[in-house]
Amino acid sequence: MSDFETVAATENQAARRGVSGEPGTPAAAQKPRSLAGDAWRDLRRNPIFWISLTLVVLVAAMAAVPSLFTANDPRDCVLSRQHAGPSGGAVFGYDFQGCDTYARAVYGARASLLVGALSALLTGAIALVVGMLAGYFGRWIDAVLSRVIDIVLGIPLLLAAIVLLKRVSTSSDNVRLFAVIFVLAVLGWTTAARVVRSSVITAKEQDYVAAARMLGAGNGRIMWRHILPNALAPAIVVLTIALGSFIAAEATLSFLGIGLKAPTISWGIDIDAGRVHMRESATPLVVPSAFLALTVLAFIMLGDAIRDAFDPKLR
Amino acid sequence: MFRFILRRLLQMVLAFFGTTLIVYALMFAGQGDPIQALAGERPVTAAQRAYLTEKYHLDATGVGGFFYRYFDYLKNLLRGDLGQSLTGRQIGDILAAAWPVTVKLALIAMAVTVVFGVTAGVIAGIRRAGVFDNSTLVLTLLVLGIPTIVLAPLAQYFLGVKWQLFPPTAGAEPDLYALLLPGIVLGSLSLATALRLTRTSVAENLRADYVRTARSKGLVKRRIVSVHVLRNSLIPVVTFLGVELGNLMSGAIITEGVFNIPGVGFNLFRGIRTEDGPLVVGIVSVLVVVYLVSNLVVDVLYAVLDPRIRYE
Amino acid sequence: MTQPTVVPTPASPTPPGGHLLEVRDLHVEFRTREGVAKVINGVSYHLDPGESLAVLGESGSGKSVTAQAIMGILDTPPAHVRSGQILYRGRDLLTQSEEQRRQVRGKEIAMIFQDALSALNPVFPVGWQIGETLRQREGMSRADARRRAAELMDLVKIPAAAKRLGDYPHQFSGGMRQRVMIAVALALNPKVLIADEPTTALDVTVQAQIMDLLAELRRDLDMAMILITHDLGVVAGVADRIAVMYAGRIVEHADVRPLYRAPAHPYTKGLLESIPRLDVRGQALSTIKGLPPNLMRIPSGCPFHPRCPYAQQVCVDEVPHDLVLGDGRTSACHFAQEVRDDSAR
Repeated sequence: MSDFETVAATENQAARRGVSGEPGTPAAAQKPRSLAGDAWRDLRRNPIFWISLTLVVLVAAMAAVPSLFTANDPRDCVLSRQHAGPSGGAVFGYDFQGCDTYARAVYGARASLLVGALSALLTGAIALVVGMLAGYFGRWIDAVLSRVIDIVLGIPLLLAAIVLLKRVSTSSDNVRLFAVIFVLAVLGWTTAARVVRSSVITAKEQDYVAAARMLGAGNGRIMWRHILPNALAPAIVVLTIALGSFIAAEATLSFLGIGLKAPTISWGIDIDAGRVHMRESATPLVVPSAFLALTVLAFIMLGDAIRDAFDPKLR
Repeated sequence: MFRFILRRLLQMVLAFFGTTLIVYALMFAGQGDPIQALAGERPVTAAQRAYLTEKYHLDATGVGGFFYRYFDYLKNLLRGDLGQSLTGRQIGDILAAAWPVTVKLALIAMAVTVVFGVTAGVIAGIRRAGVFDNSTLVLTLLVLGIPTIVLAPLAQYFLGVKWQLFPPTAGAEPDLYALLLPGIVLGSLSLATALRLTRTSVAENLRADYVRTARSKGLVKRRIVSVHVLRNSLIPVVTFLGVELGNLMSGAIITEGVFNIPGVGFNLFRGIRTEDGPLVVGIVSVLVVVYLVSNLVVDVLYAVLDPRIRYE
Repeated sequence: MTQPTVVPTPASPTPPGGHLLEVRDLHVEFRTREGVAKVINGVSYHLDPGESLAVLGESGSGKSVTAQAIMGILDTPPAHVRSGQILYRGRDLLTQSEEQRRQVRGKEIAMIFQDALSALNPVFPVGWQIGETLRQREGMSRADARRRAAELMDLVKIPAAAKRLGDYPHQFSGGMRQRVMIAVALALNPKVLIADEPTTALDVTVQAQIMDLLAELRRDLDMAMILITHDLGVVAGVADRIAVMYAGRIVEHADVRPLYRAPAHPYTKGLLESIPRLDVRGQALSTIKGLPPNLMRIPSGCPFHPRCPYAQQVCVDEVPHDLVLGDGRTSACHFAQEVRDDSAR
C-alpha cells in the first residue's frame, strides 16, 4: 500500500465518521466552497476587474475632491487664452472659452457620478419593490407588474427623456439635476426588476423558504430574511452596469441640451462645445470624451467581471 | 398564428393610445402657458400664438378640454397632418424629405451589423474561449462602453477631419459614400450587441441536447451547425435585429446631428436645439408609432420563426 | 455451488465469431478547471446480436458516459478517452477516423435519450427530423423520406402517423415524443440500439408502454439493445443480462434471473433491498448509506468500501478483481461468494 493510498483511506475514514456525527473528528474533509468564495477567487485573478475597479475609485475620488487632481478653477475662463497650449497646470491647454480643459474634465466627474449613482439607487429601490412583489406574490400582481415592465421597456429611452425633460428646460440647475435622475430611474428600472423577479421566484421555491413558512414566518419576514438576500447580488451586478449607462445617458442628454446646462459642468456639455470647434483644436473634444468613455467603460467592465464570476456558465 | 397576431395587434393599439396620451399630456397638461412651454425660451409672435391656439384648441379648458384636444391631436396624427413648426414649415413636408435619408442610414447600419456582427458572433460562438472569441469579447465591450456622443465626434474628427478618409459631414444631398462613416458609427452599438447575442446563442445551442441527437444520427458537423444550431440560434438574433431597425430609425438623433445628415433625427436634434416645440412633438409622435409598428413586426416574425410561440 | 476462481479482467470469454459490440477496459476522464474526474475506470462489457443488456447504476456511475463513448458523441474537451477499446464487429472504433465513426452512428449503432423534448430539435417538424437521416445518409428524395418517416411513426405506434408528420415536438405528449425519438433512431435499421434512461422522464403507465414497445421492436427488428437505467424495476422484463456500475467500474455482471435471485455484490444487494416488494410483507425498506463517491477523489481499494456493510481492511487496501462465479457471472467484490450466499438465504 502506497503512502497516497494510506492518506486517502484515512481521509475517507474521517469523512465517514464526520457523516455519522461523532465528535472529535479531525477536520480532514475539505472546506466547503461557497458561491461567493468561488466568485471572489475568480475575480481576484481577473485583470479587467482590477483595472476597472481602479478607474472607478479614481473617478469617485475626482468627484469627491476635485481639487486633489487640479489646482486650477474650471470656471476661471479668459477669452484671451482661447485654444492656448498647455501651461501652468493646464496640462491639456485651454478650450474655446479659454477655460482649463483638464480642470473642467476633472470637475465634470461630480455631476456624472452624482446622476449615475443616484439614478442607480433609485432604480434599485424601484426594481427591488416591483421585482419582489411580482416574484413573491405571483398571480395577478405579477401579471399586472410584468405588463407594466413590458410597456416601460417598450418606451424608447431617448425619446421619452426628451419629452419628459422638455418640461423642466427653463427650471433651475438643481431641479434639472433631479429631473434627469428621476427620468433615468423611471425609464431604466425594468431590467433590474426583471432580474430581481426571477431570482425571487427561484429563491421562493427553495426548501428553506417552505420550512420558514411552516414554522409560521409571515410574508414580510420571509421576504426580508430569506428572499431579499438572494435577490440582492444579481441586482447589484445589474445596477453596476446600469450606473455606467446612466452616466452615458446623462452626458447624452446634456450633449443634446436637454439635460444639465451651464454653469453646471458636465462632460456632455463640454463634448458638444469641443465638437463645434474641433477643426481649430481637438483637445477640448478629446479630453472630456476620454474621461466619459473611460468612466462608462469602467462601470460596465466592473459589472461584467462580477457577473462572470458569479455566473461562469454565461461565459 | 392568426389569433396571436390579432392579440398583438390589439396590444399595439392599446400601447399606441397609452404612449401618445403620455406624450401629449407631458407636453401640454398642467402648464401655465402651454404655448410658451412649446416655444421654450423663444419669444412667441402674435401670429404664432393665434395659430397654435387654434391648432391645439387651447381655448377649451378643463379635463374635457384636454381630451378634446388629445383626440384632435390623434386625429391629425393619423391623418398625417402634423401641423407647422415654429419656422412655419409643414412638419409633414419636413419628415417626407427626411425619411429617405434616415432609412438609407439605418439600412447601412443594419447591413454593417448583419455582415460583421452576426458572422463574427457565429464564429466566436463555435470557437468559444478561443483567441477570436476572447478578442471580440474585449472589443465589443469597448464599443458597448463608449457612448455615441463620444464615438461620433471622435470618428468625425479622426477619420473625417484629420486623416480625411471619409467626408466629415454629409451635406444636403448625401450619397452612399458620405453616409458610410455615420452608418458604421450608428451601427457599431448594434453590431457589438448582435455579436454578443449571436455568440451566446450559438454557444448555448451547441450544447443543447438536440445537437447530441443530430450527432448520433450521423450527420456531418457542417450540417449540424449550419442547419440545426443556426436555425435555433438566430431566433433571438433576428428578433433583436428587428427591434434594432426600429431603434436605428428613431435613435439616429446624435449621429445625424453630429454628421449633419438631413434625416429625421437631425430635424429632431435641431428642433430640440432651437426649442421648436411643435416640431419635437410631431417627430416624437411619429417615431413612437414607427417604434410600435416595428415591435409588432418583430413579434410576428418571432412567431414565424419559433413554432413553440406560434401554437401557443 | 461452483467454487469461485480469481481471474484477471476481462472475464468474459470471447465466442468464436466475436461479439457484435465489445467494450474493453475503457478509461475516460473529465478534465475540468477543478481537477480531473475519473469517470470510467476500466469498463468492459459485450453485446451479441439480438441480445439485450441492461447497464444499471446511480447517476454519476458512468453508465451514460460509456454509451456516449461508444457512440463517439462525448464532448471532448472536457472528456478524454485515456485507454481501452470499443470493438464493433471486431474493429476498434476508437482508432477510426471521425468520418468512419460517423458512418457507424445511426446506421450500425443508434441511441435514444432521456428527455425527448430537449433531444428533438424544437423548430423542425417531427417528420422532417425523422426523414433528415434518410435524406442525408441514404440520399433519399424528400417525398420518399416523408413516406418512410410516416411508416416509422406507424411502426412506433403513433396514432394517425401520416397526419402528424408536420407537427412540432412540443405538440406531442411525453410518451408520444419518446416514440418519435425511437422512430428517429430506427430510421437506418441499426443493429444496436442504446436507450439512455428512455423512460425516466415519463409517467409510470407510459413507462411500461415504452418499455413494451422497445422489447417488441427489438424482437421484430432483431436488434441488440443496451438499456441504461437506474431503475431496477424496469430491467427485469426487458434485459437478458445486467451489468451493474459503480464509480466508473462494473461491479457485477450476470444474467437477469440469477442476479435477482442472489446478488453477489453488496452494492447490487443494497439496490435490490431498496426496491419495495409486493410479495414480502412487513419488510423494512433498506437504503444504501452515504453518497456516491466524488470522482475526483475515488476511495482507495474497492471504491464502494466506505458505504459497504461487508467492508474489511482488505477492501481499503486492495482493488478487488472480477470474481468468476460460474454461469458467466462476475462480481468485483472480495467477499462475492459470501454476499451471494447471504442473499440466497
